[in-house]
Amino acid sequence: MNRIDRCFAALRAAGRCGLIPFITAGDPSPADIVPLMHALVAAGADLIELGVPFSDPMADGPVIQHASERALAKGVGLRQILDGVAQFRTSNDATPIVLMGYLNPIEIHGYEKFAEEAIVAGVDGVLLVDCPLEESAVIAPLADAGLHRIFLAAPTTSETRLAGLTQAARGFLYYVSFAGVTGADRLDLAPVRARVAAIKARSPALPVAVGFGVRDAASAVAIAEFADAVVIGSALVAYLADAPDARIACDRAREFLSPIRTALDARAPRHAV
Amino acid sequence: MQAKPFSPAATAAPVDYANYPDEHGRFGDYGGLYVAETLMEPLAELRDAYLRLRRDPEFIAELDRDLTHYVGRPSPIYHAERLSKKIGGAQILFKREDLNHTGAHKINNTVGQALVAKRMGKRRIIAETGAGQHGVASATVATRLGLECVVYMGAVDIERQKINVYRMKLLGAEVVPVTSGSKTLKDALNEAMRDWVTNVADTFYIIGTVAGPHPYPMMVRDFNAIVGREARAQMLHQYGRLPDVITACVGGGSNAIGLFHAFLNDREVKIVGAEAAGDGIETGRHAASLAAGRPGVLHGNRTYVICDDNGQITETHSISAGLDYPGVGPEHAWLKDTGRASYVGITDNEALSAFHELARSEGILAALESSHAVAQGIKLARDLPKDKLVLVNLSGRGDKDVHTIAAREGIAL
Ligand SMILES: Cc1ncc(COP(=O)(O)O)c(C=O)c1O
Repeated sequence: MNRIDRCFAALRAAGRCGLIPFITAGDPSPADIVPLMHALVAAGADLIELGVPFSDPMADGPVIQHASERALAKGVGLRQILDGVAQFRTSNDATPIVLMGYLNPIEIHGYEKFAEEAIVAGVDGVLLVDCPLEESAVIAPLADAGLHRIFLAAPTTSETRLAGLTQAARGFLYYVSFAGVTGADRLDLAPVRARVAAIKARSPALPVAVGFGVRDAASAVAIAEFADAVVIGSALVAYLADAPDARIACDRAREFLSPIRTALDARAPRHAV
Repeated sequence: MQAKPFSPAATAAPVDYANYPDEHGRFGDYGGLYVAETLMEPLAELRDAYLRLRRDPEFIAELDRDLTHYVGRPSPIYHAERLSKKIGGAQILFKREDLNHTGAHKINNTVGQALVAKRMGKRRIIAETGAGQHGVASATVATRLGLECVVYMGAVDIERQKINVYRMKLLGAEVVPVTSGSKTLKDALNEAMRDWVTNVADTFYIIGTVAGPHPYPMMVRDFNAIVGREARAQMLHQYGRLPDVITACVGGGSNAIGLFHAFLNDREVKIVGAEAAGDGIETGRHAASLAAGRPGVLHGNRTYVICDDNGQITETHSISAGLDYPGVGPEHAWLKDTGRASYVGITDNEALSAFHELARSEGILAALESSHAVAQGIKLARDLPKDKLVLVNLSGRGDKDVHTIAAREGIAL
């Protein structure tokens, strides 16, 4: 069983809302990748999204753009990221890891080669921002190797496409809370709640994580009312950005994430109906 | 999956180039729709609206009226007799897109997309620009239709194309400097895409070349294909035959596909695209995606890209801002693989000397982008006998580049 499925099954059984931090791998420093992942888990992360930096992150706002630029300037690529995951796995075999990024680095690496190396390293899923369902034939080797393909759904997604997405989704569906880039401040809860409810009515078994615009305990708790997990990216990346060394980066990760975990856990357990 | 070279042997009938892209926006293995989920539905709406409009007689008539009375079409084919004599080979003919309103082929596309935007009820236009020609052409059509216009332009390009920046402002557009990445055309496209994903409900994105996700490569090609349709008819009318070779510069590839498309099924016409070789392809400082790049995914489509072994798009170089782009339209990628067209590099220096050659022999100041095509036309003509015809797309006029050329040659204006 894929770690992602195990993770969501456990969350559901406990009536807890999952907490999914996103960090750009290699930012603030390539040396931070592994210690930061452990710090995030210690602070209450249920699943970690590791951003694979790309030169042209079309769907990202300035915070993640700059984090990617910094990481690339330090030479971070798939090689170091997969090595980081493998090293993390030597002492953590439970927390699922999803790589999130754009297609070209994987295309150039080679899909089969990447799939095999990612599985060996201990990656559980891949979210490719610029590879919609319609083009996903190219990434078939990833699923064949056992990686979960994480799909996005957005406010603009039609019901017809949503049907295809919920059917193809593995692990969880990532609902993007507004039309825009990462890091924007446009969260409007009511339409998100309505759309997530519609998705859940369509496929009750599929966990739904909500991301974009979640920045603190208050917004996370609000989303936990109706989603299976919340994703926090830009706010965390910005908080870590100028940490001078791994110890301080880890301290900041705990400082940022722990209050959110505490707030989420203070809610009464929510059991699936 | 790496894009496989197209194998003509595998297809029974000869390819009918007019039938591409397919319904998924693919030209062979290239093209497609590699965008974030949020844009899938808006792109489907755009595709459906455009497929409807391209068959709508009223839309076609309105577009024809604008092309005739506003753009100034048809543009002439001019026989460069002095230049041809000097080169001593084939006859060099120019398709004079530099004579269009706003001074380049770019207006063919923006007039068309602006009409689509209007029919779709959008109130705001956004565009990316490199040389500024597409920005000017977008600002022009937006103001004429009373639409708000925002143009994204790399900070480096703003510096080297100051005149066009000011032209856009005179036309009422807001020019937003882009300071991410290499601060050139590719980054401007990223930023325009981010704006679009944010404001997609009321905003129309006029992409300036045959790149981007489906339906853009098809739609932008269709609007520029007037160039080749006219040229083909003019050749038959003026010379009683088709040209032997046609050539155009290739940045994203819109003026080139505009000229090429009507000739694709004329197998006897040789087709050559001229990419920017910058300081020389061997130096690594160039923008020749087809001649020196590899298949990859950038800006919503699968095509040839210039990237490193980690898949990161690398910085390109060209003296001409309009060719300084690490990708290329997917149709060109396919034409390269099928062998229907070939693509070669022209260096900065070759383009500059062609610029001067044309200015002094024919009294035409060509855009630096177009000067790459002129250089390639001269090379092709040199190796052919006098009775052959080489048709070059003169995609734009050079006024915008005068100060770049002066600076390069150490002349204070
Ligand atoms: C005059 C001119 N020619 C050519 C180009 C390159 O674009 P494309 O390859 O799409 O024709 C530009 C772009 O700015 C241009 O201004």
